[in-house]
Amino acid sequence: MEGQLAHIGAGIAGLGTGIAALGVGNVAANFLSGALRNPSAAASQTATLFIGIAFAEALGIFSFLVALLLMFAV
Amino acid sequence: MATETHGVETGGLEFHPMDQFIVSPLFGDDASVAWYTITNATFWMALAVLATFAMLVLGSARRSVVPGRMQSVAELAYGFIHKMVEDICGKEGLKFFPYIMTLFMFIVMANFLGLIPTAFTPTAHFSVTVVLALAVFITVTVVGFVKNGAAFLSLFWVSSAPLALRPVLAIIELISYFVRPVSHSIRLAGNVMAGHAVIKVFAGFAAIAVISPVSVVAITAMYGLEVLVAFIQAYVFTILTCVYLKDALHPAH
Repeated sequence: MEGQLAHIGAGIAGLGTGIAALGVGNVAANFLSGALRNPSAAASQTATLFIGIAFAEALGIFSFLVALLLMFAV
Repeated sequence: MATETHGVETGGLEFHPMDQFIVSPLFGDDASVAWYTITNATFWMALAVLATFAMLVLGSARRSVVPGRMQSVAELAYGFIHKMVEDICGKEGLKFFPYIMTLFMFIVMANFLGLIPTAFTPTAHFSVTVVLALAVFITVTVVGFVKNGAAFLSLFWVSSAPLALRPVLAIIELISYFVRPVSHSIRLAGNVMAGHAVIKVFAGFAAIAVISPVSVVAITAMYGLEVLVAFIQAYVFTILTCVYLKDALHPAH
């Protein structure tokens, strides 16, 4: 029973990766809308874009890690 | 196809998707791993170092005015990281350029070599990336204190915020500072591991005849994405190292 509950928990933790995808999409969408308004400044800000995406994605990876821990370590 | 048992319609995985990350000794029958054992992890890390060495040293050996393919790739990589360090950390950050270049080349080579089928990916292991991230964390902290002394602590004291908020912000900043190596390492290992595991999961579906074409297409698409991720994660790791270093060199908020 406890093993099954851990699997259910892993599935719920997996939701977090999808929500992190929303965050990554949000960063990219806002970057694009800003870049289209001022294309000349866009190229200098790609590093900031990647930093933003990395920070948003890290939390999704955390939930993926929780799912993995529930699957294999608990 | 020696045996047809793989095509059994009941499906299911013939192998576990996480099996590819098992560290095992390359030589001998003894499965135990000591610190000196040559495992597949150390082997592929050594290959990554050799590949870096080959690309950069052999690429820059000729020094022709019109660069060949090898030389232009080596120059491109060097210029790319040099510009990144200079843009983010400023001129005084260039002292750390060799370290950051080493980090980038090792990670990008380990990621790309790990994409070779049946290869082992050392960067998919937390034990590898945690060492890299902790080295960055310790370097940044030491450099921050050596360069700025106690003024480095102003990183946690946000002088632009209202006075009443500053203690709360200091606690948050302190926590975020110490979580840095955690997120720094887990981002790289998690991304690489997740991508490789997804490819293996789709490979497991190939055993079911009905959906095997879908599986092949999905593996191809995921592989393309993984090539992109392999580079972007190395880039992100490097750029975050630069950002952390910039905090150490110029701690003022």
